[in-house]
This record gives sequence, C-alpha cells and structure tokens, in this order.
Amino acid sequence: MEKVYTKIESIVGNVVTVRASGVKNGDLALVGDSYANVIKLDGDLVSLQVFAGAMGINTRDHVKFLGRPMQVSYSEDLLGRVFTGSGVPRDNGPELSENMIEIGGPSVNPSKRIVPKNLIRTGIPMIDVFNTLVESQKLPIFSVSGEPYNQLLARIAMQAEVDIIVLGGMGLKYDDYLFFRDTLEKSGAMSRTIMFIHTAADPIVECTLVPDMSLAVAERFALDGRKVLVLLTDMTNFADAQKEMAITMEQVPSNRGYPGDLYSCLASRYEKAVDFEGAGSLTILAVTTMPGDDVTHPVPDNTGYITEGQYYLKNGHIEPFGSLSRLKQNVNKNTRNDHRSLMDSMIKLYAAYKEALEKKAMGFMMSDWDEKLLKYGNLFETKLMDLSVNIALEDALDLGWDILADCFEPNETGLRSDLIKEYWPNKEN
Amino acid sequence: MDKIKGYVTGVNGNMVSVKVEGSITKNEVGFIYVGDTTLKGEVIRVNGDIASMQIYEMTNGIKVGDVAEFTGEMMSVQLGPGLLTQVFDGLQNPLPDLAEKCGFFLQRGVYLDPIPNRDWDFTPCVKVGDKVRPGDAIGSVPEGLFEHKIMVPFGLRDKQWTVKKIVDAGKYNVRSTVAVIEDEKGNSKELTMVFSWPIKKAITCYDKRLRPDEPLVTKVRCIDTFLPVAKGGTFCTPGPFGAGKTVLQHMEAKNSEVDIVIVAACGERAGEVVEVLKEFPELTDPRTGRSLMERTVIICNTSSMPVAAREASVYTAVTLAEYYRQMGLDVLLLADSTSRWAQAMREMSGRLEEIPGEEAFPAYLESVIAAFYERAGKVRLRNGKVASVTIGGTVSPAGGNFEEPVTQATLKVVGAFHGLSRERSDARKYPAIHPLESWSKYTGIVDMDLVNKARAILFRSNEVNQMMKVVGEEGTSAQDYIIYQKGELLDAVYLQQNSFDPIDQSVSPERQKYTFEVLYSILEAEFKIDDKKEIRAFFNQVRQEFLDWNNTEWDSENFKLQEKKLKDLVESKKV
Repeated sequence: MEKVYTKIESIVGNVVTVRASGVKNGDLALVGDSYANVIKLDGDLVSLQVFAGAMGINTRDHVKFLGRPMQVSYSEDLLGRVFTGSGVPRDNGPELSENMIEIGGPSVNPSKRIVPKNLIRTGIPMIDVFNTLVESQKLPIFSVSGEPYNQLLARIAMQAEVDIIVLGGMGLKYDDYLFFRDTLEKSGAMSRTIMFIHTAADPIVECTLVPDMSLAVAERFALDGRKVLVLLTDMTNFADAQKEMAITMEQVPSNRGYPGDLYSCLASRYEKAVDFEGAGSLTILAVTTMPGDDVTHPVPDNTGYITEGQYYLKNGHIEPFGSLSRLKQNVNKNTRNDHRSLMDSMIKLYAAYKEALEKKAMGFMMSDWDEKLLKYGNLFETKLMDLSVNIALEDALDLGWDILADCFEPNETGLRSDLIKEYWPNKEN
Repeated sequence: MDKIKGYVTGVNGNMVSVKVEGSITKNEVGFIYVGDTTLKGEVIRVNGDIASMQIYEMTNGIKVGDVAEFTGEMMSVQLGPGLLTQVFDGLQNPLPDLAEKCGFFLQRGVYLDPIPNRDWDFTPCVKVGDKVRPGDAIGSVPEGLFEHKIMVPFGLRDKQWTVKKIVDAGKYNVRSTVAVIEDEKGNSKELTMVFSWPIKKAITCYDKRLRPDEPLVTKVRCIDTFLPVAKGGTFCTPGPFGAGKTVLQHMEAKNSEVDIVIVAACGERAGEVVEVLKEFPELTDPRTGRSLMERTVIICNTSSMPVAAREASVYTAVTLAEYYRQMGLDVLLLADSTSRWAQAMREMSGRLEEIPGEEAFPAYLESVIAAFYERAGKVRLRNGKVASVTIGGTVSPAGGNFEEPVTQATLKVVGAFHGLSRERSDARKYPAIHPLESWSKYTGIVDMDLVNKARAILFRSNEVNQMMKVVGEEGTSAQDYIIYQKGELLDAVYLQQNSFDPIDQSVSPERQKYTFEVLYSILEAEFKIDDKKEIRAFFNQVRQEFLDWNNTEWDSENFKLQEKKLKDLVESKKV
C-alpha cells in the first residue's frame, strides 16, 4: 500500500525532507504532482530531490513513495517521440508506461567488451576521412559557444548510417530545440529518432536526468541488436547542473566549484558506449562547450581523460589539428588501401599551407611552392572542410586525389608511388 | 562466536551508517542485506555505536532498518596458486567468471572465488619436525613458468611453528589441507594452499630491505639510459590527456625484464583494458618464449565501476605484487592512474564531511600516497634470495598542470619522474617524456657521466633554440648552430622511439650501450662546416643514417654495414 506523508520538514534548494520509514535509497516519489527521488536517508529523515524544482511546494503537500527507482518506458513506440528529462511527453503524443526499465544501470563487464572494429559513416569528410567515428566510440565535440555545433549534430543525425538516433538536449535554447525538431522532421530522420529535451527554462534536476534517460533507452536498443548513436548537447550544461545541485546540498567543491565526483559522473555516462558481441552497439557523440575556449577548464579537461579522442569545432569547421579519433586506426586500414596515406599527406600539406599563409600575412615573398600550397589550402577548405559537404567516404577520397592533382605534381605529395599509379587522376581525360 | 550485527540508520551516496550491536573494528568488512542481494562494504569511521561504512557498490535500494553483518576481518585478498593470467576487479572478483555468470553487465552483490578450484602438483620442501615461520615455504606447485611457493600464512603470529604433518608429493586440491603446524603452546593450525591477507597492510616477512641499486630494464631508450628505474624503486608518469601515458605503460608492461607484471587499471577507460586483454595473450615474452599473459595479472576497476572499489584496487594490486615477491621474484606493478585513486579518496572524504585540503583533496592525501609507494622495495628474503616490487604510477593532473596536489605529493616520494608533455606529443615525438624536466635518482645501464654530458648538450641545444627564435638563424654562430643540431639529433635518434617498428620498439641494454657510445662520439666531435645550410644538410643525413641503423636487427650483417656507413659519414666532416 502506498503511504502518503503530509508533513515536509524542510525545503532547501530543490531538496525537501520528510519523516518516513521503509523508504529505499534511490526510490521515486511524488511530491505534489512532481516526481522526486530519494537521495539521502538519515534515520527517518528522507531527503528528496524534486525534479521540477521545489518552487511552490507547500509544507503540507502530499509526498507519496512509489517503491521503485526512476524508470523509463522502452519500446518501438519511442521512435519519433520527444520527452522531457523526466520522461514526460513534450510532443502531443500519449504518455508511455509500458515495459518500464531502470535508468543508470550497472556498467558493462570489461571482459565482455570487444575491440571496436566497425566505422560509422557520417558523410562528413572531416570525420569519415580524417578522424573516423567508430562504433562504440565516445567522442566529445569541443566547441566555443557560438560555433554551429547543433547544426553539426543535426547533420550527423540526418546522415549517419545507424539504425537509431537518441538525442539528449541539456539546457537547450528553445529555438535550438525547435531547430532540431524541424530539421529532423523535414529530412525524414525523425522516424528513427528519440529525443529527450531539457530546455534552459526547465527545472535543473531534469537536466541531470537527460543523459541517463537517453543512455538507458539506447542501451536497450543496442542489446536488441540495433546500431544506436547517442547525441548529447551540451555536456557542459549537464556538469553545471551537477555543480548547482552539489553546492545547494553543501558539498565541498573541488575545482572551480565543480563537485569532486565530476570525473566519475561524466565517466559513468560516457562509459555506456559499448559494442555488444552478438548484438548492437552504442556510440556517443557529445558536445562540450569550452568556456572561454579553455581546454583546461574542468569540464573539457575531465572529458578528455574519459573519451577516445575529440573533435575540435573552430571557425565553423572541424579543425584538422587537435581533433583526434583514437580508434581510427582500428578501422581505416580496412576501408581503401589509400585511406591512411592520403589522410596523412593531405594533413601534412595542409600544415604546410598554414605556414605559407602565415608567411603571406607577414608580407614575405611567395614562391611557386607557396602559391601551390595556397591554392591547395583553399580547395581543401571549401571542398572538404565545409560542414555542408555531404559525400561518401570513397567519393571524398577521390575528391582528395582530384584536389591534389589540381595543385601538385605527383612527387610533391610525398605519397607512395604505387598509390599514385593506382589513384592519380589522369588530367587529359 | 556469533557475528556482530547491526542495522542501517542512514544512506548518503555510497556511505551507509549502521547502528552496531557489539564491538567493531575500524576497516573491517561488513555486508548489508538488501532484498536477496548482499552488498560488501568497509567500516571507515566509528562514532559511538554508529559505524560509517563505505559500500563498494551502488547503494540504491538500501533502506533504514536493513540488516548489516560484520565479518571481523579487514578487506582482504585471497592468495594462492592460480592468480596469474587472471583479470580481477578492485575487490579481486574474477571478471571473466562474473561475465559467465551474469552476462554483459556487472551485477552488484555477486562475489566469486578468485582462486580457481582445481588440483595442483604439490611438492613439499619441509619435513615433520622442521621449524617454520610465517612467510616460509612449506612446498611448491608449478604455476605456468614459476615454482609457486606455498607458504605459511603471513598473518600467523611471528614465531616458531613446528611442522606436525606434511603430505607427500602429489596432486591435491587447492583448498585441501597439505600441512599441520603447531606453536610452542600446542595450538595447531591446518594449512591449505590458500590464505588471505588484508590489502592495506604491507607484507613484511622478509629479512631486510635493500637499497634499489640494480636497473630495471624497460627497453625504452629514453628511460633506461637517461631516466632509469631501479628494481624495487618507484617512478611516476604524469601527463595531460592524449600525451600517451597508457601507451607508454603498455610498452613497459610488454618489454620490462621482470618476472611478473601486475597491471592495475584504476578508474581509466575500459577500452584500454580490452586492448591489453586481447593483445597480451597473442604476444610472446622474449625472455621465456611463452605468452605475455602468463606473467601478467590484471586488476581492472575502470571509470564507470564503483568508486569505493577503485580505492581498494591499487591496494589489491600491490598486495598481489608483494605476495609474488615473497617467492623470490621481481615484480613490476603499473598503476594507471593514481589520480583516479586519489579522486576516490576525495569523494569519500567529502561524504565524511572532513575538512578539505587543497582542491578538496583530504589532508591525509600525501601520507597515503607516500605509504602506497613505500610498499615498493627490494628485499632479501629469509632464504637469502633477493626479490623486488617496483611501482610505476601514472598521474592525470587536471589541465595538464603539474602544480596540483596529487602530482606534487607523488613527486615527493618517487625515485624517478617521467613527465609527459603535450608539446612533444603534439609534435608526435614519442615517447613524449620531457627530457629536460624529468629526472631520476637511480643509476642506469650507461655510464652516468656520459649521460650527464649528453644531457648538458641537450640543455645547451634548447637554449640555442630559444635564442634563435629571437635573433633568427642569421644571428646564430655556426658553433652554436652545430650544438643546436646535435641536441636535435640526440632527440630524434635516441630519445624518440618508434613503438610500431618491430625492432625499434624494444632495445636491449647491450644495444643501448653500444649505440649510445656511437651517438656520444658524434655529440663530442667537432665538425669543420661553417655554412648553416650545409650543417643542416649534414645533420639531416646523419639522422637518416642513424634512424636506418636503429631499424636494423642487432648484430646482424646489415647492422654492421649501416654502422660503417654512419661512421664514414661522420668521419668525413670531422675536424
């Protein structure tokens, strides 16, 4: 039988306490009409974190314990739907209450993991060719606020060759939410997408639930054999929400006000990325905005220690330097025999182009070689780096050869002769 | 004796308060019964009749009034034959067995036996009437490559025991009684091949500790020659993310000349452990010709596994290391990363509402780190054999800044510091150990005098380089420019090492000594070139020839040919 308590002892921040017995740690409760979960037990004093915020809660409000932890419904019906951080529909669809699964479940046994081996094609050359995304990888997109990171995520959601996209939005501006929804609906990708959206105006506790909800659902789909890509934006808002809650609960802050368990908090989410042997996989791509373009800020710093590389989004494109996919060598040996060498030479030449550009800016004489580099850099930036480019990996490689042939003689590229023989475009035709 | 019981009065994160009925020991292990699962925890504070326990699992579902039971023993590991090649979590749960039982996920509250239940060929080495003390061998079993000594449990009181009964050589189950011993008061004790030992206590059943004076060969040039590690010593590897800490540790784990390697993956990526798990069984140990896995134990408590068990994992690892040292073996413990371990302490300290020190780390951080590294050491055992535990820990400083509490506390107690720099890793100079900022207090395999002179050239070269950035190449004298090029040469052909090249990835000490002498003669030589373009071209050529030499097989025909080519080239420009 569900007991109802009506005497709230204290309300501090988003935490209310009541006297109750037989309550389990982590259980869900209803405070008024908002969900809350048990975060602390001390004798018969139960502390509850109210998802919708404690604003407007009366000390006489009803508190009802549901005797189960936070759950989310899991079924095919989720596809195409939009929910809040606590799982309430945000679209006009019905509430789902069937087949409830727990969120924040246990982590995968490391001895059950396998070495990642499949690439995920996104149609974005800067990812596919230069820093390949691999199934079960966890990668952040480090970005300064103001960069088109949400546009990039939306593109990936539309183009990536996966079965299901789970989009978790944290602290999104309402327009960004509308942008995601409209873009995905227009492109037809909405039918394979599930969205958990917390907008900046929503209660802060829901923000911290978004990754857990998204990942719990994604994990089940992966166990059922689907290839799932989880897109999270923006993890810095998630960390800030954690900070806000930790400080209202009077926890000792460690670094710039963030709680001491920030690393574990982030890691337990990112480590959900996995390739299940004999089933599907879960890949995570998460935007992390860097306050003040500072990579040593606690959030990007801790993230960097957890993830398998990073994409740097700078000046509207994925920066070839600084971006790194630690798992790319697992897959780019099996794509096409020219993939690795072409990638290396193109990057080396692009680095030379940057030097030439610097020379030009300082007013030095431009040699023939410098002119060639400038031409190359220009083509590289417009034809490959631009985020709106959408071509298959093989076409991107061919395009790379075309650009090289446009600008250089074969022996200037530093590529192996056998590759040049096989792939160098014949200009006469 | 009845077990001490209690019941839960509060839950805060992974800390649970329990009202105890009876007496209680600090740091003893207890269990909490939640529904039909039992969760393991450790008592970390006692206040009146309230014990605060840190639970090694998620605490969801615990409620006030749940029953707790205490074991009276501190957090311990099981020691016995069959530990090698295994993969454990921080509490010595065998992960592959767990996977067989529970599937993909780590189900909480499942604790399996770490010592495989099997028979071993036991050969006794004592007879009835012999006197033995804790830590003395009573027999042995063959475990892979080693004679695994079966010892008198370390936990018995340190005095003479008399062997009353000992079985004949033969096959026995690991848990069957193989001997009975008795002390002078007539208390007798049955011994099996397995016993337990509390992880936070150092094993000290040896004769005495020795100074670590013998180099531990890692086959990484930069370490063995310039920044050596000693058997029984300690070293740390701090570095920002992406600088190659884990890759360097894996290289050390693969190539080090020790008997046993214990890898403690503490709070890091699970994917990296998987690499070790898949790679090591395939690789052969050049010293024994057997699979590398046969000398390896992996303790793996990755970042998403419970934090409290992460704190225990480094102690579990060092206890296993000490156990094998007691058999007369050289053991290398690699902990990646000690920062995550320190963070686990910080989280617990926060829950206990202790007054925080710097960056909210507990005030006892330094003494705990010091005590951990002090468990390394070279010792002489009672049977005269010399054995060692060497500890290498990585540190992941926030923002790559070494001025943070964990790095600083570690630097105080280690014997060698291999600092990785983002600058070098960005320039793809691997291993990215910074040659000027790093240091070592141990003696290496090469004459330290020469090494110091080589280092001085590196230092000068760096100064010239700094100066050149201001005055340009034109403003630098040919003399200085040659010094600059010499430093660059040393860096390119000796400090950097190609871990993907089958030959260059591990360099034997003989070869290191030999090539270092050749290199040193080049660094010492004076050259009669004045034109900077020519100097650069010359050194580029020397570098190329030297790198080609590095890639030839040691002492082969090609090796000698290439050596001659290199030496001729150098001679051609010498004064």
